[in-house]
Amino acid sequence: MNWRGAAAIYAYEMKRFFRTVGQSIISPVISTILYFVVFGAAIGSRIQHIEGVSYGAFIVPGLIMLSLLTQSISNASFGIYFPRFSGTIYEYLAAPVSSFEMVCGFVGASATKSIIIGLIILATSAFFVPLQIMHPFWMVAFLLMTAISFSLFGFIIGLWADGFEKLQIIPLLIITPLTFLGGSFYSINVLPPFWHTLSLFNPVVYLVSGFRWSFNEVADVNVEYSLAATMVFLGLSLAVISWMFKTGYRLKT
Amino acid sequence: MASIISISHLNKIYASGFQALKDINLDIAQGEILALLGPNGAGKTTLISIICGIVTKSSGAVSVGGHDNVTDFRETRKLIGLVPQELHLSIFETVWATVSFSRSLYGKPADPAYLEKILRSLSLWDKKDAQIRTLSGGMKRRVLIAKALAHEPRILFLDEPTAGVDVGLRQDLWTVVQGLRDSGVTIILTTHYIEEAEELADRVGVINKGGLVLIEEKATLMRKMGRKKLTLDLVKPLSSIPKALKDYGLVLSEDGKVLAYDYDTRSKNGNIAKLLEDLSAAKIDYNDLHTEQSSLEDIFMGLLNAEVTA
Repeated sequence: MNWRGAAAIYAYEMKRFFRTVGQSIISPVISTILYFVVFGAAIGSRIQHIEGVSYGAFIVPGLIMLSLLTQSISNASFGIYFPRFSGTIYEYLAAPVSSFEMVCGFVGASATKSIIIGLIILATSAFFVPLQIMHPFWMVAFLLMTAISFSLFGFIIGLWADGFEKLQIIPLLIITPLTFLGGSFYSINVLPPFWHTLSLFNPVVYLVSGFRWSFNEVADVNVEYSLAATMVFLGLSLAVISWMFKTGYRLKT
Repeated sequence: MASIISISHLNKIYASGFQALKDINLDIAQGEILALLGPNGAGKTTLISIICGIVTKSSGAVSVGGHDNVTDFRETRKLIGLVPQELHLSIFETVWATVSFSRSLYGKPADPAYLEKILRSLSLWDKKDAQIRTLSGGMKRRVLIAKALAHEPRILFLDEPTAGVDVGLRQDLWTVVQGLRDSGVTIILTTHYIEEAEELADRVGVINKGGLVLIEEKATLMRKMGRKKLTLDLVKPLSSIPKALKDYGLVLSEDGKVLAYDYDTRSKNGNIAKLLEDLSAAKIDYNDLHTEQSSLEDIFMGLLNAEVTA
C-alpha cells in the first residue's frame, strides 16, 4: 500500500478546503441561520411540536443531513473533476497509487470536509434550539456513513461528468429535490397516504430518519431500515467506482 | 548495455477505431538518451502514455526495469518520471508545495535537501515560494521537470520539453538533460526539433502513422543515411561540364563558377579523390572546396517522404 501517496492526496484536498475557508465554512453557517429564521421562527412558531420534539430541534438533523449530502457530493465531484479538467490528472495516473488509494485520498478528504461543516451546523444550531443527542455513537456512525457514501457518489459524478454543467446537473435536479422531499423539514407521517408511500422510495428519507433517531429517538422509518439503506448505497457506490477504475472509464483512453 | 525498457508487439487502437500504434518493438538501454521523432499525430505521446500507465494498451507488453507495467505498476511507475507536453499544473500552488506533493504521491518521505538541489539545478530556488500562476511559461516548464524528478526516477520521459520555449531556455534545458544523463538517468524525449535530437540523443527513433519506422544510433544513422555535398569554387567559369566528368552527376551553377557534387557517405571516399584527379586532368582549377553533411532533419524528411511515396 502506498499510504503516503493516499495521504498526500488527502492533505492536498484538505489544503484546498482551508484555502477557501471563508467560502467553505461561512456559507453553510449563513444558510443554516437562514433555515432557522425561515423554518424555525416563521413556520416553527405555528407547528410547535412534532412527536414531542420542538420543531426547531426536529429540523436540526435534517439540516445537517441536507448540508452533508450536498457538500459531500460537491466536494468529491469537484475534487476529481478539476484535475481531469485542468489536465493535472496525469500525475495521479502516472504515480504508483492504486485506485483504492486514490479513492481514499479524494473521498476521505471530501467526507472530512462535509463532516466538519455538519459539526459546524450542529454547533450553530445549539445557539437557536436546545439539542440532545440520545445515541451519540449512532449519530457519529450515520454521519460518517452518509458522508462517505455521498462522497463516493460525488466521486462517481466527477468521473462521469465531461463538463461543469454535468457536474451540477445531478446535485441540482436529483439530490436537492430528494433531500427537500426526504423529510428534512417535516415528518413523512404527516403526509397523505399516497405521498407517504411514495416518500418511502426516496433513499434520503432513510438517511434523515436514522440520523434524527440518533438525536431524539423520533423516526419516520425503522432505524434498522435506515442503516440497511445507507449500507446498500455505500456498497453500490463502491461497486460502481470499482468498475470505473477497472475499465479506466473517463480516466484512461 | 541492459535494457531498462522493453516493448514488444505493442498496439493501440482507440475506441474510435483509430490505430495509434502498430506493432511497436523497442528496447531502451539504461542510461541512454533516446529521441523519438515524428510528425503530429504519429503516436509518440501515445507510446509514452502507455509506458507511464496513463493510456491502456490494446495488446502487446511493456516491461520497465524487468517489471510488467500493468501487473507490477507500482514498481514500474516508481522508476519513471514524466514531463507532459502541456503545462498541466495547479496554478494556485507554490513551486515548493507542488514539488513536495509529487514526491509524496510516489510514496517517498520528505527530503527538503534533495528538493532544494533539484530546484537549484533548474534555477527555480528563488521562486520556490511563488505561486505557479505568477511564473512565465519557461519557468512552468521547469516546474514540471522538477515535479517529474521529485521522486528520484531512473527514467525520465520528456514529451516535447522545449515546445514553445525561447532559444535561451532551450539551451538551459538541454544542459539540464545532459546533466541528468551524466547522473545515470535514462531519458526518452519526443521532439519536433531535429536539432534537439541531434544535440542530445544517443539514439533516434522515428515514428510515423503509429509505426516505428526506424531506430538507430544517431551517429550510425547519420553515417548510413547522411549524404555529403562537395562544393568547388572554380578559378575560371565553365560554360558546361566536360564529357569526361559526366558520370559524376555534377551540378554547375548558373554563373559557371561553382561545381557541386552530391555523394553518399556509404560510398568510398576514393570517389572524391578520383573526381579531383579527373578535374586536374581536365585542367579545371579551383580556389576553394568545402563539404556539407546532411542534417538529421534532412534524413527525417527523407524517411517521411519515402513513407509517403511507398
